[in-house]
Amino acid sequence: MKKFTTFNKLSIILGLSFLYIPIVLLVIFSFNESRLVTVWAGFSTKWYGELMQNQGILNAASITLKVAFISSTMATVLGTMAGFSMSRFGRFRGRTLFNGMIYAPLVMPEVITGLSLLLMFVAISFNRGMWTITLAHTTFAMCYVAVVIQSRLTSFDRSIEEAAMDLGCTPLKTFFVITLPIIMPAVVSGWLLSFTLSLDDLVIASFTTGPGATTLPMKIYSMVRLGVTPEINAISTIMVGVVAAGVVIASFLHKRSEARIAKGEMMAGAAP
Amino acid sequence: MGESNSKSRKVWAPWNEGDAKPFVRIENVTKKFGSFTAIDNVTLDIYEREFFSLLGPSGCGKTTLLRMLAGFETPTTGRIIIDGEDMSTVPPHKRPVNMMFQSYALFPHMTVEQNIAFGLKQDRMAKDEINDRVGHMLKLVHMEKMARRKPDQLSGGQKQRVALARSLAKKPKILLLDEPLGALDKKLREETQFELVNIQETLGITFVIVTHDQEEAMTVSSRVAVMDHGYVAQIATPGEIYEYPNSRQVAEFIGDVNILEGQITEVRSDSAAIKIKGVTAPVETGRSVNAIVDEWIWVAIRPEKMIISLDAPKNNSKNCITGKVMDIGYLGKLSIYHVRMDDGRIIIVTQTNRMRETERTITWEDSVHVSWSPDAAIVLLN
Repeated sequence: MKKFTTFNKLSIILGLSFLYIPIVLLVIFSFNESRLVTVWAGFSTKWYGELMQNQGILNAASITLKVAFISSTMATVLGTMAGFSMSRFGRFRGRTLFNGMIYAPLVMPEVITGLSLLLMFVAISFNRGMWTITLAHTTFAMCYVAVVIQSRLTSFDRSIEEAAMDLGCTPLKTFFVITLPIIMPAVVSGWLLSFTLSLDDLVIASFTTGPGATTLPMKIYSMVRLGVTPEINAISTIMVGVVAAGVVIASFLHKRSEARIAKGEMMAGAAP
Repeated sequence: MGESNSKSRKVWAPWNEGDAKPFVRIENVTKKFGSFTAIDNVTLDIYEREFFSLLGPSGCGKTTLLRMLAGFETPTTGRIIIDGEDMSTVPPHKRPVNMMFQSYALFPHMTVEQNIAFGLKQDRMAKDEINDRVGHMLKLVHMEKMARRKPDQLSGGQKQRVALARSLAKKPKILLLDEPLGALDKKLREETQFELVNIQETLGITFVIVTHDQEEAMTVSSRVAVMDHGYVAQIATPGEIYEYPNSRQVAEFIGDVNILEGQITEVRSDSAAIKIKGVTAPVETGRSVNAIVDEWIWVAIRPEKMIISLDAPKNNSKNCITGKVMDIGYLGKLSIYHVRMDDGRIIIVTQTNRMRETERTITWEDSVHVSWSPDAAIVLLN
């Protein structure tokens, strides 16, 4: 191991500060007694209490959670199906193109995704509101799930499925009693990823929303235009917490399933 | 050797009885993957209660053939008949065969017990019957104490036992084994080979095993099919394959062998004489050969069937080669001598070390005579 030189230490401190000082400030000021955001006047949780009284924010939060829950569930189902079939199709002409088409929405500018979805909803005269946001979120989150599932399945020993069928299990049942339980950690981490992506999306939601359907990021954005209040700091702190928890759990599940695979392979190759 | 035995003594060998009905019949099966031919017009019969080996180097098509028996691959042309039933359109989950996979393919999210019970549950067997059968299987493979463990808490050898128990639990008509001992170390592998044979004899199930390990195939099998590049080179008992290979490939694949090029000089009803290039003494064979005078053929002689000596053997007018010892490999129970013939070719001779190493008399650069009995030489046609 190389030792930390002063230069290395300094780089790390600078880098991390750059990333986290704004968030830390936000969290600190959410506990500020004063109404003035930039002046510290002592510790208080009163803005969190105030939040609970703000009907507008509570409505937005409930819509956001509903959208996130439904869209991440649908995205997980669709993404798992897509990832599964992508990893199971043999090589065929245009496979790379097909693969690329699944990944493309990951790098597509959100403005474009939002605009095209809006145009489509308008074209088919779909009433815009919570459901259009949900559909839009399903669309882009599904790609992330497909990627997670596909990468999990590349290291999946297919003879496990064959063994199940060999023992008299139909192919469909094999998927539900063998494949799905084994890849479950990847499915769950895909769901958590979709959930957090939906939770903090502003751009696509703004494009596809309709009257009465305001998500939390949209609400915060509109409140900020009238000036930053400690209430906003408080709600943002909660969101940071939820998203961080989601990401940490997702990566933990992913790590654990990878460790299990690695261990399984090591044991299979090792002499007793 | 096999043929004469079966006539004089009552030996179990249904493949020599004309009226015995094969249990598995692979009929003119060809399998193509795109333009690559994995199996090339293979026909073979396997009889009930046989321990049948498919032996060959990797990529020879033996695993593909096994997977076709299990139903994971379908023949491009030809038929597979198991117990009188054409299996062409029967999917894997409806075939009366079970397979033990090379990777063991244990279900990682189930305990040992649940793994073994899995196939029985698919048949909707009664619960106490399942418990009985699982208990019986655990006992058969000596894993009673591990019943509640998960696969990742087991060693390689233990996993292998669970995989075997799981594939035997449904009492299949045929058990297919894909390199079942490949992941075990040498010592455990040898022990397990004998155990497999015992289990097969106890249960009376037909076993078909795929292996690239010729010693394993020889130890466990009633018959061996030697495969190469998608076709079957020879099907015979281990003894026949070793003693009477029918081609140069089979001779070279099974065990060590010295191959010398020669020309037939005389064909008699019970023997033949051959002139080997660069050797003065002619080679006499103990059997007649199906060749004509002047035809070029190969003479194959196993290293352990040759005798190396410093003095000329009594009858050195035939079946004798002279040369110089180039290398000696001392392996403990036997020694390997590399002898350079007068024209520079190397032949390999092995001798059992009946005496202690210090008393060994033949050493490097010694001029030696290598001789063998007429029975030892096998003539292989080009």
